[in-house]
Amino acid sequence: MSGPLLEAEAVSKRFSGIVALSDVSLHVADGEFVAVIGPNGAGKSTLFNCLSGVLRPDRGTVTFRGRSLERLRPSARARLGIARTFQRIELFGGMTVLDHLLVADRARTRRGGLWSDLFRGSRPTSEELERCGIVLELVGLTEWADRPAESLSLGKGRLVELARALMCDPALLFLDEPSSGLDRHETAEMSATLETVSRQHGTAIVLIEHDVPMVRRLAERTYVLDYGQLIADGPTEDVLGDERVRVAYLGDNS
Amino acid sequence: METLLENAVRGIPTGCVFALLAVGLVLTYKTSGVFNLAFGAQAYASAAVFYVVRKDHEWPLLWAALLAVVVVGPAIGLLLERVLFRYLRTAGSMAKLVTSLGLLIAIPEVVKLVLGDESRKNPPPLWYVMRTDEWLWPRNTSIVLDAGQIATIAATVTVVVALVLLFRFSSLGLRMRAVVESPRMAELNGVDSERVSMTSWMLSSLLAGLAGVLLAPLFASLNPLDLFTLLVAALAATVFGGLTSIPLTFAGGLLLGVLQAVLAGSLPTDSILATGLRPALPFLVLFLLLLFRPGLRSTREVTDPLATVEAPPPAPVALVRPHWMTVGTRAFGAVVVALGLAACWFLLDGYWLGLVISGIILGIIMMSLIVVVGMGGMLSLCQAALAAIGAFGTAQLVAATGMSVLGAIVIGAVIAAGVGALLAVPVVRLDGVYLALATLAFALMFESIFVPLSWVSGGAVPLSVPRPLIGPIDLADDRWFLLFAVLCAAAVSAVVIRLREGTTGRFLQALQTSDVAAASIGISGRRSRVVAFTVAAAIAGFGGGLMATYVGQANYQSSFPYLIGLVWVALLVSAGARSVQAAVLSGLFFFLFPAILTRLFTFPGNWVESNPDAPSWVASALGAIQPNWAQSVAFILFGIGAITYAKHPEGSIEAQTATSVGAIVRWVERRRGDAGTGPSDPVPPPSPEVTDAPPLAGTGRPTADSGSPG
Repeated sequence: MSGPLLEAEAVSKRFSGIVALSDVSLHVADGEFVAVIGPNGAGKSTLFNCLSGVLRPDRGTVTFRGRSLERLRPSARARLGIARTFQRIELFGGMTVLDHLLVADRARTRRGGLWSDLFRGSRPTSEELERCGIVLELVGLTEWADRPAESLSLGKGRLVELARALMCDPALLFLDEPSSGLDRHETAEMSATLETVSRQHGTAIVLIEHDVPMVRRLAERTYVLDYGQLIADGPTEDVLGDERVRVAYLGDNS
Repeated sequence: METLLENAVRGIPTGCVFALLAVGLVLTYKTSGVFNLAFGAQAYASAAVFYVVRKDHEWPLLWAALLAVVVVGPAIGLLLERVLFRYLRTAGSMAKLVTSLGLLIAIPEVVKLVLGDESRKNPPPLWYVMRTDEWLWPRNTSIVLDAGQIATIAATVTVVVALVLLFRFSSLGLRMRAVVESPRMAELNGVDSERVSMTSWMLSSLLAGLAGVLLAPLFASLNPLDLFTLLVAALAATVFGGLTSIPLTFAGGLLLGVLQAVLAGSLPTDSILATGLRPALPFLVLFLLLLFRPGLRSTREVTDPLATVEAPPPAPVALVRPHWMTVGTRAFGAVVVALGLAACWFLLDGYWLGLVISGIILGIIMMSLIVVVGMGGMLSLCQAALAAIGAFGTAQLVAATGMSVLGAIVIGAVIAAGVGALLAVPVVRLDGVYLALATLAFALMFESIFVPLSWVSGGAVPLSVPRPLIGPIDLADDRWFLLFAVLCAAAVSAVVIRLREGTTGRFLQALQTSDVAAASIGISGRRSRVVAFTVAAAIAGFGGGLMATYVGQANYQSSFPYLIGLVWVALLVSAGARSVQAAVLSGLFFFLFPAILTRLFTFPGNWVESNPDAPSWVASALGAIQPNWAQSVAFILFGIGAITYAKHPEGSIEAQTATSVGAIVRWVERRRGDAGTGPSDPVPPPSPEVTDAPPLAGTGRPTADSGSPG
């Protein structure tokens, strides 16, 4: 474990009476792979939304590399190096797979704007195409690059989301149930891809997942949420063996 | 204090008027999900029926009111639901809004065609005139209510109580809300959503009829524009109620009326505040409420959990069109433009040439809508006002400094861009419908506060703008001006296309299709949208300056009234909100179509005159066709065009292009297959040659946009 990357302290969020998160703290070190598990409605996605800036927590602090994220909008957090995917898949309409990656790359490099559109043209440069090619290769979408992203299957769509997030060259990646809706084969592929990303690029990953084998395989540490409360955290094997976790989430016979 | 109270009480009837309209809007929105801008038009239809049977046929009051409110009102609602809104139940709120915009334009014209369009002076009061000071109040009091006002107050209170009861205690109210949330889900749970939806529309249309009949006597003459302006004023109350709460809406309407009356009583009568601010107060309140009322910004569109059962939208034409065809279409487009120009140059007389020039200039203004609506996904209803700012800027600069007109047009565009940017900063945070309302409020504020000011418009007499000289070419000659306008249109379309295909356009498209995902990769929605809005404002201002130069004066009433601006939006959106050809064609269409119709409608009359021995029934049938129907018919068709938006959100021109491209590609593939030179595949898929072009330009490759077919 190296220095702390993300530190969330005592984050709380209520939705008009319903406590979605109560005093949840989460720490991620550089390059670490962490999982967040818990039954549906436990507040996992709400936690992600609070961390990525879509929602503003009622209480608690979130710092990234020692810097407070409190007043930053999601786009500003993304530019700091926090990328994410979505539980309900969010793709851009009318764009090919490659376009998704190019847009993300342009957003990161901030190349192109009004003036360069007007006077220099906006064709992708060879470096841009090369960067996109590397990520496409990594997630295995090279042959789908020119297909409209909307026409792909759910599994491929999740890979497009992952590739788009990777184009931001993130230091920290939030993945919201990347295997949901995928068949066993696709889930295995997704796991392998995530493993590569984590190992080769040193990207810190926070994973929300229901697929316990996947969590066991990938995550070094695991947090368990239940009814907005953090009920356990620690090394994945210990947590998955914890009695309370088995009762709350896995069911006794797991 | 006494007078303040008196003024406040005097505001209550007006407040009830606002409340009645606002509650009607909330009811429609709650029960059908449609933000029905055509509510005022429906009210106008009922009021017109009431007027005709009461004044022309002298029906008794009760029967006339029953016919107008209980029969005509719900009948219109039923008709709209059956032929239109039933197909829109699962459409997005934007499609519904554009549809209601179309109806707002079409319905009054239909009414005028059916019931005759001579202006209706002095609409009949609801009851014989009896003033309360004669029977209710002691004499010497200055508060006077007439029977119509009392009826309005009584009707409003009754309606509010009834609706609150409906939604709180009846299962019908619950079912109505379920159908709005998700018609399919409601069906699955055993709700007959067809029937519920019909009931909703009949109920809200009944309210529109009631409002129309009650409110018509407020005006000196009955016309749809007054009712619509009143409706926009009432929107402030609607927003006050958050589009859902009927009691709050009622309170908002009352407050607004009282505030207006108090202001009227306390402001000096001859100041700018009294003449400009008082009529503009509801629009100002609406604008401020939209910006600052908590809870509005975060209201995301309700997404139907079963929405994914729909097929995904078709791919843009440019994605499926092979490269050779793009080149071919462009060449063809250039030839058409050149031929069209030559035809205009040599063949047209002054009248038609003038219409063509106006159409092309309007095409430029329409291009501003491409940037803001088509690319930015923001339904701006104030582009006409921004164009007017460009026109006024041009005229004022020329008048004040004597500078060259061309320079003044450019500076006018910069001024419009500045105003657009100032407006955009607060407005772009709003979601779909709210943004449309805020820009509409801005357009009305501009009209009632700024247009009368002499430093803006030059006062009552419009400022004149001379035609410029470019070297030896005198643009006072319309044919040279045509060429100039076409060149300007070509330049602006080049700008629009480069932005659309460039990073700016891609970012906007990303934001439009998934706001959260765009933010997650670091695209700042606010910044991109402000840029789009500002660029659009500049284009509109440029078009406005050109228009003023062509017309010879910056005339707000004849060139840029806000209602005309709404017609432009309806027209462009139905033709294709992203396509430059659509902008130019709809600009031309706007001016040429009514003129052509007028020509057509004069034929029957002329024929009857020159054939006196024709059978009398033929003569009378043909003679009934009036040339002045043309404007109505044209506007009805424009409105119907907007209604097709729900079916083809990409626009009819784009849809047409897609169909023909598909047909040609299939035809070519088949021929290749027959000749044995093509792929041996029996059914070769139309292979997009995306690989030969860089993808950023490839996905939305410029179609035949490069020119402007004249």
